[in-house]
Amino acid sequence: MAILKTKNLTKKYGDFKALDGVDLEVNEGEIYGFIGPNGAGKSTTIRVLLGILKATEGEAHIFGKDAWEEAVEIHKRIAYVPGDVNLWPNLTGGEVIDLFMKLRGAKQQTLREELIRKFDLDPSKKCRTYSKGNRQKVALIAAFASDADLYILDEPTSGLDPLMERVFQDCVLEAKKNGKSVLLSSHILSEVEKLCDQIGIIRQGKIIETGSLKELRHLTRTTLYMETRVPMKGLSEVKGVNDVVGKAGGVSFQVDSEHMDEVIQYASSFGVVKIESAPPTLEDLFMRHYEGTEASTHLGGGQ
Amino acid sequence: MSSKLYEKTGILSTFILRQDRFKIPIWLISIIGFTLLVAFSFTSLYSSDQERMAMAETMVNPAMVAMVGIGYGINNYTFGAMMAHQMLLLSAVVVGMMSILIVARHTRTEEEDGQIELIRSLPTGRLSTLTATSLVMVGVHIVLGLLTATGLIFMNIESVDVEGSLLYGAVLTATGIFFTSVTALFAQVSESGRGVAGLSMSVLGAAYLIRAIGDVSNETLAWFSPLGWVTRTEVYVTDIWWPIFLMAAVAVVIFIAAFYLSSIRDLQSGFLPSRVGKRNASAFLQSPFGLALRLQRTGIISWAAGMLILGLSYGSVLGDLDSFFESNDMVTGLLRPVDGFSLTEQFITLLMAVISMICTIPPLMAVFKLKGEENKNRVEHLLSRAVSRWRLIGSYLLIALVNSFVMLSLAAFGMGMAGLAVMEDPIDLATFYQAGIVYLPAMWVMIGLAVFLVGVKPSLSSIAWLYLGYSFITVYLGGLFQFPEWVTNLSPFAHIPQLPVDEMQYTNVFILTIVAALFMAAGLLFYRKRDIKG
Repeated sequence: MAILKTKNLTKKYGDFKALDGVDLEVNEGEIYGFIGPNGAGKSTTIRVLLGILKATEGEAHIFGKDAWEEAVEIHKRIAYVPGDVNLWPNLTGGEVIDLFMKLRGAKQQTLREELIRKFDLDPSKKCRTYSKGNRQKVALIAAFASDADLYILDEPTSGLDPLMERVFQDCVLEAKKNGKSVLLSSHILSEVEKLCDQIGIIRQGKIIETGSLKELRHLTRTTLYMETRVPMKGLSEVKGVNDVVGKAGGVSFQVDSEHMDEVIQYASSFGVVKIESAPPTLEDLFMRHYEGTEASTHLGGGQ
Repeated sequence: MSSKLYEKTGILSTFILRQDRFKIPIWLISIIGFTLLVAFSFTSLYSSDQERMAMAETMVNPAMVAMVGIGYGINNYTFGAMMAHQMLLLSAVVVGMMSILIVARHTRTEEEDGQIELIRSLPTGRLSTLTATSLVMVGVHIVLGLLTATGLIFMNIESVDVEGSLLYGAVLTATGIFFTSVTALFAQVSESGRGVAGLSMSVLGAAYLIRAIGDVSNETLAWFSPLGWVTRTEVYVTDIWWPIFLMAAVAVVIFIAAFYLSSIRDLQSGFLPSRVGKRNASAFLQSPFGLALRLQRTGIISWAAGMLILGLSYGSVLGDLDSFFESNDMVTGLLRPVDGFSLTEQFITLLMAVISMICTIPPLMAVFKLKGEENKNRVEHLLSRAVSRWRLIGSYLLIALVNSFVMLSLAAFGMGMAGLAVMEDPIDLATFYQAGIVYLPAMWVMIGLAVFLVGVKPSLSSIAWLYLGYSFITVYLGGLFQFPEWVTNLSPFAHIPQLPVDEMQYTNVFILTIVAALFMAAGLLFYRKRDIKG
């Protein structure tokens, strides 16, 4: 069941389209990774979802309710963490956490204390003295200490150290285990790779790719390294082969997923001694989608 | 080795001057310009001895002594004596504030923000930033003193002589250097820039208060305050120089302490432990209203105290007014005489209009606080939770409305209290209060306009301030400049009946209230519909 659904979401600022027909769907119990370069429209989408911006066109529904009209009702079941957390300099972290929890609804005191301990935050300090990472911790603790059904996280870990990022990932997985849904916008691709069930890639206000990581991988290439008894010849002429680099005793190259079979058959005639394969990382996907249009025609041509 | 402590002080000094190339000149021009303007206006307002003596009589009550200090030469109230009495102490306070703000900025605030860390990582000495700041400020205050003195001398006013003017400037220089040293000391002690400015301001405030109490009741006590030394130079009367050298000597001692503490402490540490804050929010804080109020708490309390003091000080001059007015054409020009009422009563209505406009400032700030919160991306913390936009803007509106009532009540009450104490045949307190509180609907119109602007387009909020300024000029000075009636009538404050001189006009008050309500409703509606910035 879709918890969050947008249809043809469009946001215009004058003639500029910040969002251009965004379709998103996050299902119950799912972690949805939302990736894209700076200025692609991630935060704008999220702010429309939160009812802070009004969409020019299209629909955004969360829990089946309209994101603009019924914002308050929706927000009772949402936890949101912005990427750039600005807090009130003269309140302490503890006070802000309490305020945030109270504004959503019920307070879970024990969970609050546990999270403060896990994230290693001193709640008695004024927000003025916190670093970026500590301000993010305040927002994260307030989010995970509240009993939300949907977590909307906009680059929540950009200031955290690797240890704290681990704590964050545990929290997200814990939420998932409890059947909660998460919309995670992030630049840390290893994090998205580790956590997310579904991934959407946005660029210039348009969703250009969605699917599970596995599905997305099909769209791209696998890196192979092979050693053969007889040196392979004419490999670069084979359909679907790219970036051939000769190495000591072997050759490394990339193969478009749909031509894998032909390539393997071709290679086997040279007597394969050793084969290593690496699946495309999200970073490969990311780079492939983000490089300008030139790059994508180049890839599409497959040499 | 020890000379290395001051490495690159020169470059850092020019760097400070470069950073403050607008700030410092603006301070200097404002202080000097205002001083010269007042000196000039004295010559035109009180041109005869008789007028000056009438003025002097209004100054010899405890409230005025507490405010501006003992009037030396009050029996022969020359222009010089007037300048020194009415301007010198307050100018010294402003100079002190300038020192505190600039020094705190370049010492602890920059340290707190990590800028000094960057400077320190370069080949600069450990005491260089403190030295550079101190040198620059000493220089600035010397320039200030010289320019003020030169300006006063060149105005060529009778009794404003060369020695007195030099002393006048020197007093400002010494006060500035003194508070530079105080702030430099606190910059070593407190861990935050705000703490430094706060502590130094409290010293300034305490110095002012001790002097006030001392001047009114106990001469010895006043000598414990550096601001007491300021007035005791008796500028333009007997010209006593040695309090200035006393002030400079104390400043040197404080500087030595500051430099010593700076040399023995670690970067970003202080000698006062930072207070441990609350781990949990109080029940009150946990609502949009509670948060909004908490964020403005200090500001509201300060304004409330300020409005009470404003009322008290206006009230304290009501004592001997009628004789004063009769000798002064310009002030009578401000008022249109009405039969059956004394000039004092008419003056009260004018004062109330002014007070109500000043009291409009804090409620407007309360509404525009929401705009500031939006600009700092903190509104989204609330709106992304179960808080409706109505509840959010409603909280700020409610605070503004209560604020308007509290501020105006305090000011009117303060004026009444002081008025009762000094007037020969007093008006009762209720009359004072009514004359003030009747302005509430006009203030609500201003609040309504502010809410409307925040709801529609917060970037236009300066319109509300301009409108308030417009009201101030047309209503306050309308009588003097003989503006056409419609010009004055564009301001909501012009439609308020001037109690007790006018009759109560319920229709006007009612219509203003309706206008205010319409503005507020429109603002609330628009706020629901627009994008929140971020």
